[in-house]
Amino acid sequence: MERTEAELIAAVLKGDAASFEPLIEKYSPRVFATARRYARRESEIEDIVQEVWLKAYQKLGSFRGEAPFEHWLMRLAVRTCYDFLRSHQRNRESAFSDLTEPEDDWLEHFIHQPGAAREDSEAARQLVQRVLRQLSPPARLVITLLEIEDRSVKEISKLTGWSVPLVKVRAFRARAEMRKILAKIAKEKYL
Amino acid sequence: MSCMNLAELEKKLIAVARANPPGDHVPPTFEKRIMALIAARPVYDLWAAWAKGLWYAAAPCVAIMLLFSAWAFVQSSKHNQPPTIDLAQQLDRTLLAAVDQSNDSNR
Repeated sequence: MERTEAELIAAVLKGDAASFEPLIEKYSPRVFATARRYARRESEIEDIVQEVWLKAYQKLGSFRGEAPFEHWLMRLAVRTCYDFLRSHQRNRESAFSDLTEPEDDWLEHFIHQPGAAREDSEAARQLVQRVLRQLSPPARLVITLLEIEDRSVKEISKLTGWSVPLVKVRAFRARAEMRKILAKIAKEKYL
Repeated sequence: MSCMNLAELEKKLIAVARANPPGDHVPPTFEKRIMALIAARPVYDLWAAWAKGLWYAAAPCVAIMLLFSAWAFVQSSKHNQPPTIDLAQQLDRTLLAAVDQSNDSNR
């Protein structure tokens, strides 16, 4: 008979570490998908997910079972991703002069026919990643959660541990930062 | 440049990001790797940590005791008094001060 999540967690807390494995199997896809939003290299992504699971094991005692385990785990994952962004912020790119040819073509296409520029093209995806990589860690996190994942301010507040007003302030600043980056693209492309 | 609508570009890029969610594939045997790491972690023993702390504290305590002993010895030899007697008497007085006081008040 398959054990419930609560039973597995209770067993881990009693010292049965093996009961943690089904939880890893079940939730790793979600954690990997989250980590892939913030890190590029597969080795970095694996490091993030590994850290999330080790923290989860270590802090499992603080899980009170009031909310689903998945919510608690995702909070841990988002905060670990944010720590990753902050520790790697020096590696942020600063110039758009090295746009690849397909990215450049996609932009050209967008300028002439904004509606027709394809959203599923690899060049468009690369360009989005390039823009996101230029954002500061709080801006990237808030743009990802608010605009891309379409989460509410309250949800973001719970995930990040920031207060609701702080999320709103950071969202405002993040949008301004993004617009500045896009203006830079336009400037570097046409001047 | 004037042709590029930045607000429109922002919307488009967000739409691109939404349309292309990251993959959720997990490397093979990833959970085994995590379980091996968990198994390899040292078990945190509160008593062992406490005992370790006490051992670390022992050396500085002994050093401080020796320093104070040396200082007391030097001080008493300066005043030309037999150091051991003087120190013993002072220690007696200090330790028994509370007892002496209670005896006095009982009388």
